Amino acid sequence: MCKAIVYVTLRESVLDPQGQAVQGALHSLGFDEVKGVRIGKYLEVSLGTADKAAAEARVKEMCEKLLANPVIEDYRFEIVEG
Amino acid sequence: MKAAVVVFPGSNADVDMYQAVEDVMQVPVEYVWHTETNLSAYDVILLPGGFSYGDYLRSGAVARFSPVMEEVVKAAHAGKLVMGVCNGFQILLEAGLLPGAMLRNRSLKFRCTMSRLRVVNNQTPFTREYGSGEVIEIPIAHGEGNYFCDETTLARLNANKQIVFRYEGENPNGSIDDIAGIVNEQGNVLGMMPHPERAVHDWMGSADGQRIFRSILTTWRERHRAATHA
Repeated sequence: MCKAIVYVTLRESVLDPQGQAVQGALHSLGFDEVKGVRIGKYLEVSLGTADKAAAEARVKEMCEKLLANPVIEDYRFEIVEG
Repeated sequence: MKAAVVVFPGSNADVDMYQAVEDVMQVPVEYVWHTETNLSAYDVILLPGGFSYGDYLRSGAVARFSPVMEEVVKAAHAGKLVMGVCNGFQILLEAGLLPGAMLRNRSLKFRCTMSRLRVVNNQTPFTREYGSGEVIEIPIAHGEGNYFCDETTLARLNANKQIVFRYEGENPNGSIDDIAGIVNEQGNVLGMMPHPERAVHDWMGSADGQRIFRSILTTWRERHRAATHA
């Protein structure tokens, strides 16, 4: 069986106020080297199949239909054993 | 005329919407559960505010796949009037009935306050009872009302006069071009973050929302008369 590890992130052109707030907090803790923080989502999708190629196509469809909103988000994923 | 208030798991402004229809429009209105698969009995479809499916994943993202949404899309394409308020607006965006998407408020704060709006387009079926450029007061209550779209879409919204309401004075959520409400190209689907159903009596702090409901009624009466005399 395999599972998909999906990352959904805000597109570069979209402002991320949450990320900015976390960046500010890191700065106030003395982590002055922090140049930017972007917050995204991490999803683990367990799949009832061992066929990685088929899983790849299905997960792409899941991302495009539901998991990411293309107006504001990008996605990437990997299929792993598990 | 008959109005439907669509109720999703997590809707919480459905009662307000229902009562506003009863009080202002004085027409039959029914709650319709999200599992309904036939909306043919209704002339106007209202999607109320709330937190459908707990706003999981993205606000409106899960509700958009409720069985009733296929019917809402069908009604919109048939030219029926569809209005989504707050979470209802978010659902219309996720369903692709309106362009763009919602982001977290720029301040990261949930804003629950009276907001001032400018009626940018009073030539829609929802705003005809307002004056052009009139400033009205309608309350907001949201954490994700920061409307976003790309530059091409924004140019198209402006060119087609699809921006119906803009925040006047302070923009409470950081939305692009101060957008508070838009219609689709055909003009029969309205999405807005402020809650007109919570501003229909003076004791509510404002009665400015009344005229949205009256506009809907006037539009329907006109269309209905045209249809029966055709």
